[in-house]
Amino acid sequence: MTSTQPSSMETREVKKKEINERSFIRKLLKNRIAAFGLFVTIFMTIIAIFAPLIATHAPNEMDITHSLLGAGVDGHFLGTDNYGRDLFSRIVYGARISLIVGVSAVLFGAVFGTFLGLIAGYFGGKLDSLIMRTMDGLFAFPFILLAITLMTVLGQGLVNVIIAIGVANIPGFARIVRGQVLSVKEEEFIEVTRSLGATHGRILFQHVLPNCLAPLIVYGTMSIAGAIISEAALSFLGLGVQPPTASWGSILKDGKDFLVLNPQMATFSGLAILITVLGINLFGDGLRDALDPKMKV
Amino acid sequence: MGKYILKRLVDLLPTIFVVAIIVFVITRLIPGDPAAVMLGPQASVEDIQELRDDLGLNEPLHTQFLQYIGDLVQGDFGVSLTYNQPVISLIMDRFPNTLVLAFSALVIALLIGIPAGIISASKQNSVMDYTVMVISLIGVSIPIFWLGVMLVLYFSVNLGWFPATGMGTMDEGFITYIKHLVLPSITLATIPMATFARITRSSMLEVISQDYIKTARAKGLKEFFVIGKHAFKNALTPILTVLGMQVSALLGGAVLTETIFSWPGMGRLIVDAIDKRDFVVVQGTVLFIAIIFVLVNLLIDVLYKIVNPRVNYSSGKGGEGK
Repeated sequence: MTSTQPSSMETREVKKKEINERSFIRKLLKNRIAAFGLFVTIFMTIIAIFAPLIATHAPNEMDITHSLLGAGVDGHFLGTDNYGRDLFSRIVYGARISLIVGVSAVLFGAVFGTFLGLIAGYFGGKLDSLIMRTMDGLFAFPFILLAITLMTVLGQGLVNVIIAIGVANIPGFARIVRGQVLSVKEEEFIEVTRSLGATHGRILFQHVLPNCLAPLIVYGTMSIAGAIISEAALSFLGLGVQPPTASWGSILKDGKDFLVLNPQMATFSGLAILITVLGINLFGDGLRDALDPKMKV
Repeated sequence: MGKYILKRLVDLLPTIFVVAIIVFVITRLIPGDPAAVMLGPQASVEDIQELRDDLGLNEPLHTQFLQYIGDLVQGDFGVSLTYNQPVISLIMDRFPNTLVLAFSALVIALLIGIPAGIISASKQNSVMDYTVMVISLIGVSIPIFWLGVMLVLYFSVNLGWFPATGMGTMDEGFITYIKHLVLPSITLATIPMATFARITRSSMLEVISQDYIKTARAKGLKEFFVIGKHAFKNALTPILTVLGMQVSALLGGAVLTETIFSWPGMGRLIVDAIDKRDFVVVQGTVLFIAIIFVLVNLLIDVLYKIVNPRVNYSSGKGGEGK
C-alpha cells in the first residue's frame, strides 16, 4: 500500500502537468495573433535552415558588370547590390546570421544571467548586493551602446557579436530570475526540501529554477527579437559580422549609400528584419498571455 | 523631499562607481589589446608598444585603475588621440545637440503615444483600438535605422520636403532648424511612442475596470473627466516606469539616428571615434552617457515619488522583487 502511494501521486502529478501543458498550448494557439507570430517565426527559421535550397545564386558571388540591377532583371528576383551580388540570395542567407545571433546571444545571456540571478536571490546578503550592483551598473548602459563598446574592443566577427549582445542580455535575465527566486524561496515546499537535507544545488536547480521558467521563456523570446535588431544595428554601423558575409544589417548599410540608384537594397533588407522581429514579438506577446499574464515586458 | 533626493543621490554613487569599473574592465581585462585594435592589423609591434605606453596600459592593473578613477573624479575623461582635445570638451560640444534630438523625440513620443493609448483603452475592441495596437506593435518591432533610411528615401530624396542630413542652426532661420529636426526626431521617437501607447492602454484598461471609475461614471461625470482626471492619474505610475527605460532607448537610439542623419551629437561622436579607432573617446562618451542615464532615472524616481507618495525606497534599491 505504502509503496504504491508515491507512484500514484507521481502519476497524478504527471497527468496534471500534461493537462497544464495541453491547456497552455491550446490557449496559445487559440490566440490567432500569437499563432500568426509563431507561423512567421517558423517560416523565417525554415528560410534560414534551407537557405542553400531557396537562394537562386551564391550569396557572395560578385559580378561587377551586373551591379545595381533592378528587381526581376536578368533572373535576379530582387535585383543585385553594388558588387553585382544577388540581393534575394543575400537576404535569404542573412536570415541565418540573424537567427544564429538572436538565439545564441540570448542563450548566452540567459545561462549567465539565470545563474547569477539564482545565486543572488537564493543566498541574498553581500553576494546578492555584489551581483545586483554589477547588474545595475550594466543596466546603466543603453543596450546597444554596451554592445558597441564590447565590439570595439573584441573586433568584428560572428562569435564576438554573439558575446557582445549576450553580455548586454545578462542583467535582464539576472533581474527577472532574482525577482522570481525571492518569491519562490519563501514557499513551503522549498522549506520542506531543505529540511529533508537537500543540497543548495539541488534546491536551486531542481526546485527553484523550474518555477522561474515561465517568465524566463517569455523574456527570452522577446529578447531574441531585440538581439536580432541589435545584430543588424551593429552590422549597420560596420561592427557586426565580417564582409562579405551576408547580414541584413550590412545589406542595409550598403543600401543606404545607393538609395537613389537602388532603393530595394535598403527596403527589402529592412523589411526582412521588421517581419522577423514582428513575428517573434507577436509570438512573445501570446506566450506572455498564456504563461504569465501578469508580466509586463 | 530634499532629504529623499539627497539619499537617492548618495545611493547612486556606488552605481556610478560600478559603471566606471565596468568600463575599465571592458577596456583592460577582456581578451584583445585596445592599442592593437586602435592601430589596426597593419601596425608594428613597436607602434603598439608605444601606444600602450601612452595610454598607460603597461602599468600594473591596480595603478591603472587608481589613475583612471582619480582622473574621472576630476572630470578628466582622457585626451583624444585623433582630435587632440580633452574628451570632456568633445562631449560638451556635442551633448546639447543630442539633448535637442532626444528631447524633441521624447516630446513627440509622449504627445502621440499617451493620447493614442488612452483613446485605444477607452474604445476597447473598436477599429480605432485595433489600429493603434497594430501600429504600436509595428512601432516596437521596427529597426529605427531602417525607418530612418526609409524616411530619407521618401521625404528627402523623393519628395524633397526635409533635408536628408545635418543639423540646422538658428542663424539659418527657425523653419530650417525645425526642418532638420523633423526626420531624426520622428525616427528616434518611434519606439518610445509605440511603447507609451501600449503601456498606457494596458494600465488604463486595468484602472478603467475598477469600482471607483464605475462610481464616477454613475455619478454622471462626463467621460472626459472620468478618463482624464480619475483614470489617467492612477494609470500614470507604470507609464513613469516605462519612461525610465525609454531614456535608455533614446540614448542608445541616438547613436543610430545620428549616424543616419549625420547629426553632430554624441552618438555620431562615438561612431566616428570607432571608425578612427579612437578608443579613449569611445570609453569616455559611453561612460558619460551611462552616468546621464543613471541621473535621469533618479529624476524619474523623484517624479514617481511625487505621483505616488506611498512609494517607499527605504527597504531597498528600487524594490524589485520585494
